[in-house]
Amino acid sequence: MSTIQKTTPAPTPDERVARANPLRQFLVRPEMGAIAGAIAVWIFFAVVAGNNGFLTLRGTSSYLNVAADIGIVAVAVALLMIGGEFDLSIGSITGATGMIIAVLSTQFGWNIWASIAVAILFALLVGFINAYLVMRTNLPSFIVTLGSLYILRGLTIGVTTIITGRTQIGGLDAAPGFQSALTIFASNIQIGGANFSIELIWWLAIAALATWVLLRTRFGNWIFGVGGDVQAARNVGVPVRNVKIALFMTTALAACLIAIIQVLNLASTDALRGTGNEFIAIVAVVVGGTLLTGGYGSAIGSVFGALIYGMVNVGVIFAGVDANWYQVFLGLMLLAAVFLNGYVRKRAMEARR
Amino acid sequence: MSERIPLLEVQSISKYFGTVIALKDISMKVHAGEVMCLLGDNGAGKSTLIKVLSGVHPPSEGRYLVEGKEVNFTSPRDALNAGIATVYQDLAMIPLLIIARNFFLGSEPTKGWGPFRRFDVKLADQVTQEEMRKMGIRLRDTTQPVGTLSGGERQSVAIARAVYFGAKVLILDEPTAALGVKEAGVVLRYIAQARARGLGVIFITHNPHHAYPIGDYFTLLNRGSSYGTFSKTEISREELVAMMAGGEELEELSHELAEFARTDTVAGKQLSEAAQEFEAEVQELHIEHQHHTE
Repeated sequence: MSTIQKTTPAPTPDERVARANPLRQFLVRPEMGAIAGAIAVWIFFAVVAGNNGFLTLRGTSSYLNVAADIGIVAVAVALLMIGGEFDLSIGSITGATGMIIAVLSTQFGWNIWASIAVAILFALLVGFINAYLVMRTNLPSFIVTLGSLYILRGLTIGVTTIITGRTQIGGLDAAPGFQSALTIFASNIQIGGANFSIELIWWLAIAALATWVLLRTRFGNWIFGVGGDVQAARNVGVPVRNVKIALFMTTALAACLIAIIQVLNLASTDALRGTGNEFIAIVAVVVGGTLLTGGYGSAIGSVFGALIYGMVNVGVIFAGVDANWYQVFLGLMLLAAVFLNGYVRKRAMEARR
Repeated sequence: MSERIPLLEVQSISKYFGTVIALKDISMKVHAGEVMCLLGDNGAGKSTLIKVLSGVHPPSEGRYLVEGKEVNFTSPRDALNAGIATVYQDLAMIPLLIIARNFFLGSEPTKGWGPFRRFDVKLADQVTQEEMRKMGIRLRDTTQPVGTLSGGERQSVAIARAVYFGAKVLILDEPTAALGVKEAGVVLRYIAQARARGLGVIFITHNPHHAYPIGDYFTLLNRGSSYGTFSKTEISREELVAMMAGGEELEELSHELAEFARTDTVAGKQLSEAAQEFEAEVQELHIEHQHHTE
């Protein structure tokens, strides 16, 4: 290589290579903003609420557990958004699948595992239908899944009321198979008197898997391709339709996993569970550096985005402020992230000068 | 010459869209190591002809032969599999995706097996570097997004990709249209490079000044029909320009044309200098390579 450089007089490498400032390269990675943001938010609450227990293991576990609830879905949403689509039906899928498990196990006496299997199949079906409608109609997925948000939520409330006469169902712990399912999906690990939910392990494992898929598999490259430019991806032979169907199904599956975890954790569910999660997940993903327009982003970023959400959500309580204020923080974080992302992308795309 | 089988040939191709005659009785061919320039103004039928050649539209009439055998492409995939690669104006590249990932998008190399089968990022990177070097470009960094490349560089990545994936015939749709003079020169250099590697190149342009320095043959289209094919020895640059402009408007344009021709000699001279320099470079590289492998 060095000999070639010596004998090739023409395009002088120096002026060009000098541009690749390692610090800048580091900073333009999609997740960098979220990592910096997470550190800043942590420092902020450490100062403001450090004396009230934010820094203790118990405090840490509480915001991590909150973060994981959003984080698991956010990882899947990150892949979907890099692939250029939205899914607003996530929260409704969580509500519906939670209710499926609860109704089947409490009203019909099913084994929890059988109910979970049905819930998963249902989620995959919803994901497939979302994807199919988007691909078939060429409508923005924002609109299509906004439709499924309402349809699914309405169905969940309506059908549950018809079957049980209520919209809340408890007493799942009496169902067969509950204990084994609880151990796998919703047990706690005690560290120094604080309860860390096993959900955290699910979250990190899923994030690691998603990152590997995104960066080290053909499918990952296709996700970037279909999100960056559908037509271009199609021209070079990427199976666009299958990629998008797989992404919508993955997102629905993640929403179902949250339902499973929460239903087991509380041994009850509510037809309204998961409401608003779709937007919080999008916030976490965008804060994590993924572009709303697709084609750019990271799964790791969504982990830090969700972490920020968890810290803000819990930190506000530790700081002794009315809990409703966390939404203000969240909105500000989102706007800051969008501005930052725009800047980062501009830098990333900057032609050499 | 005539006994050589052309890589690609169309005989009396016509294409109708309903009552619209988009192409009428077009014949042309390209051999290995030749550049066939397809010239025509807007609406001349260039795009339709490309779409027929690249398998997007089947021709309504006429024969399409690849290496002497008649073909019936039903999709761009078919054409690609037969070695006919089309580099479209919009390049089929993802601006935010890094070069190596773009290069292999849709045809990623893998290693490992079963669930551990993964995208061989390292190999992709090496191959991209190597293929780009063969085109005479040394990338600063294959991890930069394609969007940071200049228009000419993007064209070269697209051309290198087509060549790497086994193209025998390269169809370039207006590769110089959106480029400045210098950039266009860069792309023309890659076309020469592809020709030197034994590819047949069909270079579509509406600019005779880009076509003339690089072309071996020129086919002129006008309103869906062909004015015929001319070899470089049969036609001068001025005649080419004149035919493109259309006979009756020639008088009014003569002044402008003289001006074109003047600037052109300068550009042409620069180009041939650049080409010579480049040839020497390749020669050196070649020697170096041999030296290296010994």
